[in-house]
Amino acid sequence: MSVRVGEAAEAPDFRQAAHALLANKQVRANVRRATETIRNKRANVVGEMPDWEQLRDAGRAIKRRVMRNLDSHLEQFEAACTRAGGQVHWARDADEGNRIVTQIIQSHGQKEIIKVKTMTSDETQLNPHLEANGIIPWETDLADLIIQLGHDKPSHIVVPALHKNKTEIRTLFMEKMGLKELGTKPEDLTAAARAYLRERFLRVKVGYSGANFAVAETGSVCVVESEGNGRMCVTLPEIMITMVGIEKIVPSFDDLEVFLQLLPRSATGERMNPYNSIWTGVTPGDGPKEFHVILLDNGRTKVLADEESRETLHCIRCAACLNVCPVYRQTGGHAYGSIYSGPIGAILTPQLQSMEHSQSLPYASSLCGACYDVCPVKINIPEILIHLRTRIVENGDRGAAERIGMRMAAYTMSDAGRFSGAQKLVKIGAKPLESLGLPGWSASRDLPAIPKESFRDWWKKRQVEKNKA
Amino acid sequence: MSAKTDILKNIRQALGDDRGAELPVNRDYRASLGLDREAMVHLFIDRLVDYNATVYRTDAAGIAGTVADALRSRGKSGLVVPPGIDPSWLPQGYRFTADHDLDYDTLDAAEGALTASTAAIAFTGSIILTHSLAEGRRAISLIPDYHLCVVFESEIRGTVPEAIRSLASRRTCPITTIAGPSATADIEMMRVKGVHGPRTLDVIIVG
Repeated sequence: MSVRVGEAAEAPDFRQAAHALLANKQVRANVRRATETIRNKRANVVGEMPDWEQLRDAGRAIKRRVMRNLDSHLEQFEAACTRAGGQVHWARDADEGNRIVTQIIQSHGQKEIIKVKTMTSDETQLNPHLEANGIIPWETDLADLIIQLGHDKPSHIVVPALHKNKTEIRTLFMEKMGLKELGTKPEDLTAAARAYLRERFLRVKVGYSGANFAVAETGSVCVVESEGNGRMCVTLPEIMITMVGIEKIVPSFDDLEVFLQLLPRSATGERMNPYNSIWTGVTPGDGPKEFHVILLDNGRTKVLADEESRETLHCIRCAACLNVCPVYRQTGGHAYGSIYSGPIGAILTPQLQSMEHSQSLPYASSLCGACYDVCPVKINIPEILIHLRTRIVENGDRGAAERIGMRMAAYTMSDAGRFSGAQKLVKIGAKPLESLGLPGWSASRDLPAIPKESFRDWWKKRQVEKNKA
Repeated sequence: MSAKTDILKNIRQALGDDRGAELPVNRDYRASLGLDREAMVHLFIDRLVDYNATVYRTDAAGIAGTVADALRSRGKSGLVVPPGIDPSWLPQGYRFTADHDLDYDTLDAAEGALTASTAAIAFTGSIILTHSLAEGRRAISLIPDYHLCVVFESEIRGTVPEAIRSLASRRTCPITTIAGPSATADIEMMRVKGVHGPRTLDVIIVG
């Protein structure tokens, strides 16, 4: 087995990585502005839903139903998709999934594919695998294109290039697209991407996507997107390949009525994203003539086995938890060393790897609970974080757990200046949160009252008063 | 052992044999807005305008005239149409090319496409195509840069659940839901209208 989550297994621990990133003021400003924007948009469109809590409960209940009988739902999906003319493959791990993709492409003598944004292919590192086999994967989502052209790494699940500003993107496009002139507005950059990709959309014979949802009842696959690159990739090629994590199953077609409300409002703060494509097998005279689905495990059945953290698999990848996380908002996504960053990444990444790597991630949280409050399927991330910290200790690597926790404390406490600084920071930090109407950061968890005067301040004052006396 | 056998075995090991009854799903979320037809149409129009789509209203007898209005105001001389389009929708004096497997380059050079639709959602401003003969295969409302879409008032549903349930007989057709022209906010979270899909969407609502 070679379970892989991008390059997470080789990544430095969170604190080390975060330390370096915190020094990059430009990235921090970009991250703060972007997360602030999505947060506000989300709050607006969630606020107009009188039944938001009922929808969250339904979303959670559907996902729990899926997990309880995941085996039979998968077999039902396979049967329905096959009946509709699709071909279903199963992949135990990243390498097996990647190999199946390569074989399909090579069996048609093709050398290029056009890709819809999909986290799963970042997880299996499909692109380097294809390139090593002489196949060019063209990323077609604007942000993914920015990442690909810049040999960069995604830093957010939904808007992976949010750490880049428009000036950086303009320079990159001019260099990589060979443009002598290019305007500075986002409209100009978007138009450049449209022109760059159009020829490829019309010409390339193999399309590739992940799936937001796979419907067991009908064998249908659903891709949620905004730019229309998804529609291009799933419609125009002759051969279509979709790799989907086994947890993305929903039991019935009508379950989409819940998730197509929860996902766009949580992910991009829209009432509805511009485009959804749903297709079932092959339709004569419309779209690809051949359709392959690869059902990917890559560590998911291991996550399923732990009843206390099983609901990690409920995630619909909206990234709302990243946008509200006080840790993510400071460090950005790269500090997590995983393509799955933020609170959900902190619980998903180590679990997919059987808790053998990325063990610092469950500590990359203040347990404030904001992630739980915004999660559209109510994953109790703070509880799972604590559970995983326990697992790390129980796994016998008590040293690792303590090293990580104590190192942070030691760094602060080993220096009197830092320690009193930290105490002040805590006091200052609480004020804006209270004034923002975020009582104790979140509705589900109280921030412990912070004393108006620290012991050290009190002691100092007392000494002064004593000296006077 | 095959990958399928292995994965299913791992799932069974993880979940055990005694799974209990299937878990209930409480669907007490809102299915209806409780609005009358006219209020629903107004809400739908509001949402479309919010997405920068241009909206026309007419009755069945006025479709061809409204298509002509839309083409005139966009400065277009003709459109691609699906093979099953109602010929009474097509005004004189413009060139309509029926899609009998037109190649992609021809579609790319076309001035736009005119299609019917299956359903619409007032609350989200979405239009749903299930690519019937009057709606055409997916490529024709995708490659051309302009989409003129006819929506009958009777198709308009209030909420996402109502619309999804209305698709019962067309669930395994290719389905596209469209909420305004294509857009991105990938660059500094600034919304840019028009990326790869049609950059202009006009909607004719028929009463």
